[in-house]
Amino acid sequence: MTVVNRMIAGLGLGVTMTMGAMAVPAIAADTIKVGVLHSLSGTMAISETTLKDTMLFLIDEQNKKGGLLGKQLEAVVVDPASDWPLFAEKARELIAVDGVAAVFGCWTSSSRKSVLPVFKELNSILFYPVQYEGEESEKNVIYTGAAPNQQAIPAVDYLMSEEGGSVKRWVLEATDYVYPRTTNKILEQYLLDKGVAAEDIKINYTPFGFADWQTEVAAIKEFGSAGKKTAVVSTINGDANTPFYKELANQGVSAEDIPVVAFSVGEEELAGLDTTNLVGHLAAWNYFQSVDTPENAAFISEWHKYIKSDTRTTNDPMEAAYLGFNLWVAAVEKAGTTDTDAVLKAIVGLSVPNLTGGTATVLPNHHLTKPVLIGEIQADGQFEIVKQTAEVPGDAWSDVLPEDKGIEADWTDPLTGCGHFDTATQTCGAAPAS
Amino acid sequence: MTNRILRLIAVLFALALSPLPALAQANDFAVMVQALGQGGFPDREAAMNALVATGDERVPPILQAMSDGTLYLRKSDQRVLFAAKSGSEFKLTDPVDGSDAGTAVSADIEKIKVNNGLRGKIRTAIGTMTLLSPDSASRLSAAQSILKNADPAMLPLLDSALAAETDPKIKSTMDLARAVIVLKSDAVLDDKRAAVDTIAAHGDQAAQTVLVNALAAAPDELKPVIQTGIDAIGRNLQLWQVAQNLLYGVSLSSVLLLAAIGLSITFGVMGIINMAHGEMVMLGAYTTFVVQELIRNFAPGLMDYSLAFAVPAAFLFTALVGIAIERGIIRWLYGRPLETLLATWGLSLALQQVVRTLFGPTNQMVSPPSWMTGAFDVGGLSITWNRLWIVVFAIAVFAILQLVLNRTALGLQMRAVTQNRRMASSMGIRTPFVDAMTFGLGSGVAGMAGVALSQIDNVSPNLGQGYIIDSFMVVVFGGVGNLWGTLIGALMLGVGNKLLEPQFGAVLGKIIILVLIILFIQWRPRGLFALKGRSIEQ
Repeated sequence: MTVVNRMIAGLGLGVTMTMGAMAVPAIAADTIKVGVLHSLSGTMAISETTLKDTMLFLIDEQNKKGGLLGKQLEAVVVDPASDWPLFAEKARELIAVDGVAAVFGCWTSSSRKSVLPVFKELNSILFYPVQYEGEESEKNVIYTGAAPNQQAIPAVDYLMSEEGGSVKRWVLEATDYVYPRTTNKILEQYLLDKGVAAEDIKINYTPFGFADWQTEVAAIKEFGSAGKKTAVVSTINGDANTPFYKELANQGVSAEDIPVVAFSVGEEELAGLDTTNLVGHLAAWNYFQSVDTPENAAFISEWHKYIKSDTRTTNDPMEAAYLGFNLWVAAVEKAGTTDTDAVLKAIVGLSVPNLTGGTATVLPNHHLTKPVLIGEIQADGQFEIVKQTAEVPGDAWSDVLPEDKGIEADWTDPLTGCGHFDTATQTCGAAPAS
Repeated sequence: MTNRILRLIAVLFALALSPLPALAQANDFAVMVQALGQGGFPDREAAMNALVATGDERVPPILQAMSDGTLYLRKSDQRVLFAAKSGSEFKLTDPVDGSDAGTAVSADIEKIKVNNGLRGKIRTAIGTMTLLSPDSASRLSAAQSILKNADPAMLPLLDSALAAETDPKIKSTMDLARAVIVLKSDAVLDDKRAAVDTIAAHGDQAAQTVLVNALAAAPDELKPVIQTGIDAIGRNLQLWQVAQNLLYGVSLSSVLLLAAIGLSITFGVMGIINMAHGEMVMLGAYTTFVVQELIRNFAPGLMDYSLAFAVPAAFLFTALVGIAIERGIIRWLYGRPLETLLATWGLSLALQQVVRTLFGPTNQMVSPPSWMTGAFDVGGLSITWNRLWIVVFAIAVFAILQLVLNRTALGLQMRAVTQNRRMASSMGIRTPFVDAMTFGLGSGVAGMAGVALSQIDNVSPNLGQGYIIDSFMVVVFGGVGNLWGTLIGALMLGVGNKLLEPQFGAVLGKIIILVLIILFIQWRPRGLFALKGRSIEQ
């Protein structure tokens, strides 16, 4: 945006403020505004900055193709600074002041929970691009990342299979907050259902940013020496991963003996690590940079051109952002307007191609169909795909947990839909407070 | 001569193992190698077994390349080739006759994939084939892989290798492997009993695992013997466990000491509440990254010595930044602790954002030099090299700092100024200069800590935040203004934390430590080693 433009926008804003709802800023007629709500400073900046760049890249690409509904798209970027209450404030600012048509943003579940009431109150749409713990389905949110049944459970299935090493003993190593707690609750129940004995499951929580993993890694080694094939399921978050993997490498825990499968470690996180001693440890995602499809090759090359660096990696949340953006574009085109309810009505059932050679379809519960990919870390910091499933429909309310059995979500009609429908009692209840 | 016979035995033995009839002829060998590139993981495994069955000495390097991910398939003619990356191209070599096969770009060739399961099998196969190799390192890894698999069919091969082995370390591994195999096989009871004794004598975790596994399948007469063995190892391990936890504690203490010792000068000696202390540590870590990048680009041969350059570089750089901060901000705020706190906190945010803008928000890779990777065993203790060097480094930094404070003119002036500023000033000491130097020293030491922390933690803009609270805790607990207090404080907190962690978990352990510190500070507000004297009362 040029200075002049910004002045005009400011002027327009001033006019709106003084004249109330009567005046519409002149500039708004020419463009459709899109909100980008990602932390550019603070602890989450490490992950979220890339997504901000991705959104700007996607919007730029769309504008080159002629924009949307004959108008150019305009990104409005705000910085909620990894501060959860500030997310809500910034979301309100985007919707009420800037008048954006949709918002792409958030990373942590805490930030998503923080902005939810704002999106409900002002009736706008949030596209949420990160894998999360499930147990949610809202009218105003499209979840383009994985639900637990699209990441955690297939990963565990893979390790249990003969191909994955017939694992019999499990360490669930996690950071102490809502996503790992819920995921571990689901996983523990799932493992017990599969006949794993309770003494073969060890759950351990560590604080955020934990840096001294000596005791934990030694405990994993000891737990793994009981004669049964052992694996670690890691929901360790963010910065704590680097010291964890460094300690694993130093204590000589090799992937052939005790593989570690992680749900929060992607190409970006590995960029800061020397992976020679980590070859074979696993990650489960819906996308890897190493996916060998023409769509992905084109995406990576365009991305490198846009960001002007051919060493910048791509990762799973980027693909989720890509899917979310394309779905929104398709829905707006189908509805012929950016009006929230019309777009929400149009988006359910829409499909767009994903980067792994399949399609992503929006389900009535506002989750997507996604393939599950299991990758092994390679010495060059990339993942090698050792297993890829067909598209799995995202399940908002996990069937594994007894309290969620028979709960469905259906937003086919955004006005009368329900996010927590109990098929047993045929009632639409409020979600239990989490 | 004996060697050749042994080799022959190995080949024959491998033949006997193989599920396929071995028709090892020159052409067939090439065909068999090509088969590695086709089909899925099970096909690849079959192809590998067929290759192993030939007993050909060209096989281990091929399998090793496959496991390392340097074996590729050329898409145009489906040939399996070694590929070595040079620049943007791959140099291709034929694995069968070693001839040059030209070059290719990454789009033309495809890596032959292996997964964890296959990698394990490759290791075993290489093990079988290299047990008689003249190279002692490959013999050792061969013995270890046989130990891991403990296939009774290996026994004759192992026996012959054992007879020829002279290296005591390899011999002991082979002995253990032999005992494990005997225990599994249908040998007579006395042999098995001897085998249990051999295993129990090893006394480590691996030996215990072997015995636990054997217990279920063992005949009833043997069970009590095995159980005794397990119990003996268990008692032994428990003792080592305590020692190991103490060691972890010392290692954590050294990290705490490094992070806090700079603060014990700026906060402890000068009384400045420096919230940007963690960012000095972070700048030190980034200096390490920059130094490594320079070395990587201009003198790759010196990579192993990169930290030797990084330590002085980090000290100088952060010391200069420290002096600039003192001259630019802090000197205007002496005697106003609340403003200092706010100003330095703002400064810490600003520094983080500057680094984030310059280097990007993602973690930077600082590679460990080869002498800091891996671990070694002392009795039942497993000591990792990087932690050991960090302990040594922390002690060295502490000792040097003591020397500087107690034996140099600058140290004398620092102590004089902090004890009685006006008196020092009237004795002709340039107090502003000493203030700047002291703050620079504290910052420089924090920068050196950053070099060490870059080896175990993320090099990211947030690095410092993780250490600032711990640093203040150590300094306050140890007693403000006393380096020895910082040392003892770090030791007590580190060891205490690591002793609590196995019982209570990391989250609760940390809470307990915090509560204990609060109670302690209630009881002794000046910390462990309180400075006595008039200056304290000011």
